[in-house]
Amino acid sequence: MKLRASLCVGVALILTCAVGCTSGGGNAADGAILHVGAGAEPQNLDPYRVTGHNEHRILTSLFEGLTTLNQVTLAVEPGAAESWTVSPDGLVYTFKLNPNAKWSNGTPVTAKDFVYGWKRHLSARLGSEYAYMLWCIVNAEEYTKGKVTDFSQVGVKALDDTTLEVTLKYPVPAFLTMHIHYSWFPVLQSNVEAFGAIDDPNNTKWTLAGNMISNGPFKLVEWSPNQIIRVTRNDFYWDAANVKLDGVEFYPYSNLPTEEREFRAGRLDVTESLLATKIETYRREHPELLHIDPMIGTYFYRLNVTRKPLDNPKVRRALAMSIDRQSICDNVLFGAVVPAAAFTPPGLAGYTPEASIPYNVEEARKLLAEAGYPNGEGMRPLDILFNESEDHRRIAEAIQDMWKKNLNVDARPTQQEWKVYLNSMTTLDYDVARSAWIADYLDPINYLECFETGGGNNRTGWSSPEFDALVAKTRLSPDQEVRFPLLQQAERLLLDEAPLAPIYSYRQRFLLAPRVQGLKSNMLGYLNYKSFSISDAN
Amino acid sequence: MIRFLVRRVLGLVPVFLIIVTVIFFLIRLAPGGPFEQGERFVAPEALEQLRAAYNLDAPLYRQYLDYLFDLVRGDLGPSMKQPSRTVAEWIALRAPVSMELGFYALLVACTLGLLAGVTAALRPNSLTDYVPMSFAMVGICVPIFVLGPLLMLIFSIWLGWLPVAGWGPPNTKILPALTLGAPYVAYIARLARGGMFEVLAQDFIRTARAKGLSEARVVLRHALRGGIQPVVSFLGPAAAGLLTGSFVVEKVFQIPGLGSQFVDAAFNRDYTMLLGAVLFYAVLILVFNLLVDVAQALLDPRVRYGK
Repeated sequence: MKLRASLCVGVALILTCAVGCTSGGGNAADGAILHVGAGAEPQNLDPYRVTGHNEHRILTSLFEGLTTLNQVTLAVEPGAAESWTVSPDGLVYTFKLNPNAKWSNGTPVTAKDFVYGWKRHLSARLGSEYAYMLWCIVNAEEYTKGKVTDFSQVGVKALDDTTLEVTLKYPVPAFLTMHIHYSWFPVLQSNVEAFGAIDDPNNTKWTLAGNMISNGPFKLVEWSPNQIIRVTRNDFYWDAANVKLDGVEFYPYSNLPTEEREFRAGRLDVTESLLATKIETYRREHPELLHIDPMIGTYFYRLNVTRKPLDNPKVRRALAMSIDRQSICDNVLFGAVVPAAAFTPPGLAGYTPEASIPYNVEEARKLLAEAGYPNGEGMRPLDILFNESEDHRRIAEAIQDMWKKNLNVDARPTQQEWKVYLNSMTTLDYDVARSAWIADYLDPINYLECFETGGGNNRTGWSSPEFDALVAKTRLSPDQEVRFPLLQQAERLLLDEAPLAPIYSYRQRFLLAPRVQGLKSNMLGYLNYKSFSISDAN
Repeated sequence: MIRFLVRRVLGLVPVFLIIVTVIFFLIRLAPGGPFEQGERFVAPEALEQLRAAYNLDAPLYRQYLDYLFDLVRGDLGPSMKQPSRTVAEWIALRAPVSMELGFYALLVACTLGLLAGVTAALRPNSLTDYVPMSFAMVGICVPIFVLGPLLMLIFSIWLGWLPVAGWGPPNTKILPALTLGAPYVAYIARLARGGMFEVLAQDFIRTARAKGLSEARVVLRHALRGGIQPVVSFLGPAAAGLLTGSFVVEKVFQIPGLGSQFVDAAFNRDYTMLLGAVLFYAVLILVFNLLVDVAQALLDPRVRYGK
């Protein structure tokens, strides 16, 4: 009897489930709600405790910095600040805040909110990985490092409720564009401190739905981990009249095939990415949905210059020159990326690199022979280190094949788990390691400063006083006419010495439903949600 | 019986302590920590402060003792990488989802497994035996990371009957429950078939049939109770397995359970979250094993006296 009863319960449950089939979760046809694939689940929604691109997508809808950028042209537009002036030496920025700028609880956004937020971000105890983004401000780095303890000595002053003065250590031509990054967003003191201390790394409860007060076009109404982050219009937003969407729903699909299936089922308007192997199918069958556009990001190999034979620049350059990047882009990554012969990607605020590492097998063989390894004789096998990803493996295997064929040099692709791989890279426990750099803002210096001596992002052991001097010199002038030639010289030096081998420039690839209007790609992958609308016609 | 129960529960304490100790030191052996490594460098000064905030600057034995002390007070600590909630809050939020999924999967496994197994046993070496048993073999052989996307493709993309992913309305639960339950359907079917086959050959069944009872009555009333004994013994470990083994299904179907949280914590070296999840799973498995032992002791007194 018991068995029969449990069978009945089982059947009833299955029937209940089947009846439920007609109801559904999100639907991409439910009004002016944008359904966005958000990548992995955000670790946090505190702008100063995150580092990822996926968090950026969400935070940009919730918060607004002093400036915003045009979705298409990336021209600087007013954000929380309605205007600004810059001193002739490019060091002092005075922002006039929009008097209508308000938090989602209706209180005005003041200059003090920015001072408070940046103080919190720079405090050492909070341990923000992105604190260094603010180090261009006078004494900001010193404050994070504890050398300055009085925040009033940091170059940020609220002159009155609506006037903010920022003093920079050196001219930063891209300064106004940097404010789209969450590092620069303000937070409300009373909101943060209702849940804990200003610099307590555990004090992020204020970011939960129902707690968070933000100043962006939308406000948080639901954050169900691994399910959905739902935001709706912030009626107090200063430019609310120009916000066309009623809300945005972010779905944290960390699994790309699942995300793509959700798009096909009509439950997503825009995906975060797309598997390279799917590109051909979409090109053939639904080209109108597929978007492959430029973005600033370079995939490259680091070469550990502290180890023989990679301590010889000729060996490094020979290895870099014998990589057929076009073949990798076409055959391994299905045309989803473009070959990169320099470290800085093309189109970076008008900067064009003058030097390159071309694919030239003859020259590479010659360099290797000059280094004392004719036809690869005497070269020990090199390990190519990469973290788990099918693409990284396939690229490493292709390069292994190219080095063998072109230089008679043996290589061994070696996969490590993410944290182990990072540890190996930081402690220089590798020969060759795959790497990538996605710029935080539109300026080539954001790339080149990675290779300054002792820089935390260098991770190759490479050091050149000449290179350091050139990069330092670019910080003396805001004039691009002066800076760019210096940066070009620095990049030439970097590529001649080749502590890295550039492989490809990233491109954004994603699927976009035709009903979404105004969403155009830009190099930063920046989404300005004010620009989007939903068209019923599609 | 009470003495038996007390003895078994007290026996769990050292087991639990060993698990805590081994896991605590094992996860510290993995290279990298929660804060040391990221794509961007962190100022060493900030890193130092951060490590101090989470007691990671103390000697390892001190960290261990402090953790044990907190554990005794019922405090699993803050999550190091997802600090918007404490470890206990994360477990409270996400474990019920995994348990619900496990429950549905168990229901699917029992319902379909018993149906297939009993039907097969009634007509051995016929089509009604071969067909369900072949499906059972497929259930065992096809890994769930293949079965999940396959079911998604058929029922969500081609037929459009069910959602692709997510966890909410009842229709979101069908495909994950089927995927997770499939290998267990197969095991239960095979166990039920074997058990029923054995019982149906016994004298008391022949007697029942000789008395003129209907076949349905013979099977349901007399044979089933003995026939599903092997299935009952299997249910303890099966339930524990279903509740703790849903990582892949949670990932594929985007289910906000503890399994995916556990995997993310391991990759992020979120020590406190990882320890909390492991301990939660450990307690679950220990409790299930205890329940099986108790059930066996109730059925067979010899177990109680350790004979």
